[in-house]
Amino acid sequence: MDLFISMFVLALIYSTPIIIASLGALFSERSGVVNIAIEGIMTIGGFVAATVIVFTQDSLGNFSPWLSVLLAGVAGTVFSLIHAVISIDLQGDQTISGTALNMLAPALGIYLCQIIFNQQRTEIFRRGFVKVSVPGLSEIPVLGDLLFKQIYPTFYLAVFLVIFSYVLLWKTPFGLRLRAAGEHPSAVDSLGISVRKLRYTGVLISGFLGGLAGGIMVLTQSTQFTATSIHGMGFIAIAALIFGRWNPWGVLGAGFFFGFSQIFGIYSRDIPLLANIPKEVFQALPYALTVIALLFFSGKDAAPKSVGIPYKAGQ
Amino acid sequence: MSDTDLINMQKKRGLRENDNLRLFLTALLAIALSLLVAVFVMWATGVEPRNFFKALLRTYTGLDPAKAGTDQFFRPRYLGEFLQMSLPLILTGLALGFGQQCGLFNIGAEGQVIAGILGANLVAILIPIQNRSLAVLAVIAAGLFGALWALIPGLLKAYMGISEVVTTIMFNYIIFYLSNAVLKSLPGSNPQRTVDLPENAMLSSNWLREITGNSRLHWGIVVVAAAIICYNLILNHTSFGYEIKACGSNRDAAAYAGIKVRSRIVYSMMISGLFAGLAGACLALGTFRYGRILQGFENYGFDGIAVGLLGGTKGVGILLAGLLMGGLRSGQPLMQAERVPLEIAQIVSALIVLFVAMQKGVEILGDYMARKRMSEKMAENKTAQASEEGGK
Amino acid sequence: MDTDYVVEMRGISKFFPGIIANNQIDFQLRKGEIHALLGENGAGKSTLMSILFGSLRPDGGEIYIKGKKEQITSPNKAHDLGIGMVHQHFQLIDNFTVMENIMLGKEMTKGPFLDAQQARDRVIEISKFYGLNVDPGAKIEDITVGMQQRVEILKVLYRDADIIILDEPTAVLTPQEIEELMQILQNFAAEGKSVILITHKLKEIMQVADRVTILRQGQLIDTLEVADASEDRLAALMVGREVSFVVDKTPAQPEDMVLEVKDLWVKNARGLDAVKGLSLNLRAGEILGLAGVDGNGQAELLDAIAGLIKIDSGQILLKGQDVSHSTVRERREKGLSYIPADRQKFGQVANFTLADNYILKNYYEEPFCRHGFLQRDPIHQQAERLCGEFDVRSGRGIYSQAGQLSGGNQQKAIIAREFSLKPDLLLASQPTRGLDVGAIEYIHKRLVSLRDQGKAILLLSFELDEIMGLSDRIAVMYDGQITGFVDPREVSEEDLGLLMAGIKQKGAI
Repeated sequence: MDLFISMFVLALIYSTPIIIASLGALFSERSGVVNIAIEGIMTIGGFVAATVIVFTQDSLGNFSPWLSVLLAGVAGTVFSLIHAVISIDLQGDQTISGTALNMLAPALGIYLCQIIFNQQRTEIFRRGFVKVSVPGLSEIPVLGDLLFKQIYPTFYLAVFLVIFSYVLLWKTPFGLRLRAAGEHPSAVDSLGISVRKLRYTGVLISGFLGGLAGGIMVLTQSTQFTATSIHGMGFIAIAALIFGRWNPWGVLGAGFFFGFSQIFGIYSRDIPLLANIPKEVFQALPYALTVIALLFFSGKDAAPKSVGIPYKAGQ
Repeated sequence: MSDTDLINMQKKRGLRENDNLRLFLTALLAIALSLLVAVFVMWATGVEPRNFFKALLRTYTGLDPAKAGTDQFFRPRYLGEFLQMSLPLILTGLALGFGQQCGLFNIGAEGQVIAGILGANLVAILIPIQNRSLAVLAVIAAGLFGALWALIPGLLKAYMGISEVVTTIMFNYIIFYLSNAVLKSLPGSNPQRTVDLPENAMLSSNWLREITGNSRLHWGIVVVAAAIICYNLILNHTSFGYEIKACGSNRDAAAYAGIKVRSRIVYSMMISGLFAGLAGACLALGTFRYGRILQGFENYGFDGIAVGLLGGTKGVGILLAGLLMGGLRSGQPLMQAERVPLEIAQIVSALIVLFVAMQKGVEILGDYMARKRMSEKMAENKTAQASEEGGK
Repeated sequence: MDTDYVVEMRGISKFFPGIIANNQIDFQLRKGEIHALLGENGAGKSTLMSILFGSLRPDGGEIYIKGKKEQITSPNKAHDLGIGMVHQHFQLIDNFTVMENIMLGKEMTKGPFLDAQQARDRVIEISKFYGLNVDPGAKIEDITVGMQQRVEILKVLYRDADIIILDEPTAVLTPQEIEELMQILQNFAAEGKSVILITHKLKEIMQVADRVTILRQGQLIDTLEVADASEDRLAALMVGREVSFVVDKTPAQPEDMVLEVKDLWVKNARGLDAVKGLSLNLRAGEILGLAGVDGNGQAELLDAIAGLIKIDSGQILLKGQDVSHSTVRERREKGLSYIPADRQKFGQVANFTLADNYILKNYYEEPFCRHGFLQRDPIHQQAERLCGEFDVRSGRGIYSQAGQLSGGNQQKAIIAREFSLKPDLLLASQPTRGLDVGAIEYIHKRLVSLRDQGKAILLLSFELDEIMGLSDRIAVMYDGQITGFVDPREVSEEDLGLLMAGIKQKGAI
């Protein structure tokens, strides 16, 4: 039971960046722009957060990780601006643009590491986020152990962002318009609403959330930023979006599923049945499960209808 | 000039769109802009761009201006290394290009290269053949492994409509870990590497080595030449290539014409994977002498995206783009030695892809200018008419 | 200046690369009138109205609304000026509700949140006032095309428009629905709203319009009082020459049975039954017209006969052979040709050359292909021949990319290809959609001559005139079934309308 609880809590921690990044992709895709650059955006976020925390951990203490991930979000926003310009104003191929950013991000991150730290990684930071227990709630039997004890506060941030995204997208005029831009942009245009602005907003929100997710990932799962820090979690976040059927609640569930799938590699030594299987099998597992999940939930019917198609106003 | 003339002028402009020259110029523009941004990055981070270009010059020509006058001035080894490094990139470029012809964006070349390396290593280490046919067999195995690793994403795309972009990326990670596990478990392997491959499995050539000042240039050059020829032949001269291109340009029309769209998607993915697998053969049997446990992706597949996009749809374009990227890569140690972080080469490669993605923007700008010019012309005409009429 | 004009456009010009869409056009709209804007496809009607509605910016000219000069920079500005537009291609979001579609962009809110109740009340209020019944909670994808048009009109009314532009509003409606729409338009005029009706249907203009403005090839031809005009005069002004809409043809000489469809069931893309137990026969040497309102299973029927979609049950016989489960290619090889409705999506590969498009269906056969290798010479020879024979015009001849041809030439090229396959059965789905009169006449002539060579043609069209003019027999389709076979020489348009609406049934002839 203790093993299960500790696995569960770790799974929540591993889910956090996937959920947040997936919400980012949700905003972008709902507005009509495919954003596979989420991986690269997370990479930039991870680099920025790991760098900022190295320089501020002594002076700012517990506030330092929060500042780091906030700046990671800002950096992600700026980075995603490139994707927005190419996809929206230049009507470029969104997949190619995203791929370019995914290639650019680790190159740029490590290049800057070489400049700043004289090595192909950041320095090791001493302390990331501090785990918390929620007073009162953590006393609840079982549930308290699973959800409210010794967990990074960033998990609660992720849950909050899920609720926030749902309300914003489904209960406000902005959300109605953003979703409309992803379904039928010329209808939106014909009503005098700027598709361009909506899509920019969608992509930039995805940049912020992607950067934030990358920062959180590095600060909760590593001790420094390297070229492999993000190792495909951005792509898994996109898979979570598909698996979650472009809906914040679905994203929450799918994110947890993929978070859990990563845990086996870490715990395989502790589970007698699994100890003899090479660890690489477990390392490959999350990616294999992603493919299998797509296999069962492939239907395109939930995707925004105009996602990936550049919109040209006034034609 | 009458309005009809104006229309005709516009039509002619539109028809130039496909000219090879135009494609070539666009590619040059993308390269130039990428280098420009890279120079800016270096300047902004206090790195001397001149050193970067010095390293490139040595890589591409073998010439070292600092050593002018000595026998060190020209070093053919740099040329050989640069060619050697280009070979896998040309092949991954062909992989991307072939997929694109069928409307597929195969980001999985990275993993298919790893699959190819795995196949070549397995054959070389496990099959006890004593003559050179082992090398041939290893190359074939590499191609097949690459093709097989592309098969499942191809099937998923064709029959379930699952985007090849996401699946091939996942397959990159899966093969990365699996191939490490398999190589580690081979007889004689340690956690870093396998045993040395037998000499008769290698693509290495004494003759090529000697004429290039002891570089690692190898018979993979023949594999690449054959691949480029096949690429052109299939796509431009066969009914199979016609089907592939029809599926790539307009799937609905292809289905309407009775072409088996799904099967063509699967074949395209496999042929694309085959090219990537052959890149793995070049690396496993030419560049390196033993199987390596990888620490991370080596970007042969991702750089192939830059090669394929830059080279366009033509084999010769991909060849040129592959040489360009090969130089950027093989120049990396020289860059690092000149105190230029070697990642600048990857930055350039990513920027090239970025500027290729912007191509449409250039066209939009062109259209806008044309329209503006036209309305000005029309306005002129009207004024001219008005003054004529006024004169009467 | 006449201040009675609610809209006055002066000297409007608009250019696209290669096209002069509007050249110095003047247009005036009086308060409370229904003003028709007449012209062929590509005459510049939609461009002019897009400029008035703010979705396009003019390259020259001035616009006055209610006597005041305005720069209409966006549809928003147009809304503010009281201008609303019902687009030909509905601007509706399929998986949003009626209410969400109506309020989009002008949402009712409570604090920062959407106020669904208030929006619903408002929609119901307006729809009651104008007699436009809709269910505000229904999703667009679940309601009929006629209903969807009402939603489009409600969108305009919700924004308090008093200048209403309707772009080809009757294209998708049954004759009875058209009657209702005309009544609604007259109500609008009586309420003091001004209506612009973009159309190429002369009958509707004669019926409801007060005045008509005619455009041709981007030029203003004339503005007339409808009372002073006749259909013939309008047609001549629209096309630029005298036209006759009567197709010259002799009575059909039906021979052997070519196509038999027996109790056919087919599902549409959404998995719902689209063709429901339909049977029909078609003989060599006759044209069978398929009439009906769009969305009653006609498209699925043709796709199923061609083999593009699977059938659920039933039988399709081609020249007596069962092809119910044959592939597209097998049916083609047995003599089936198909002119698809959507020429860009299905009919051609836009970035292939004309020459390569001509071999789209038989590229693998001799002489175009030997041992898997394409033979350029025969391919190019055939292309030259077809371009000549079917008068396909293009910038670089057979090396032009198909997508760069004009719509009429694209369609001619598709027809050339399908004819070159020497079909016994031709499925023609809306073969003249979106073409100018010259091209329409040409294609009609070609179809009749194919029939006279003893071939069978199944013609699907939503233009009643075309169906009536070309067909030897008409099958009327409603809700996946045939409600009647009629003789075009005998049936009245009213009866046809009732059959199309599924109100009446008639036995086979």
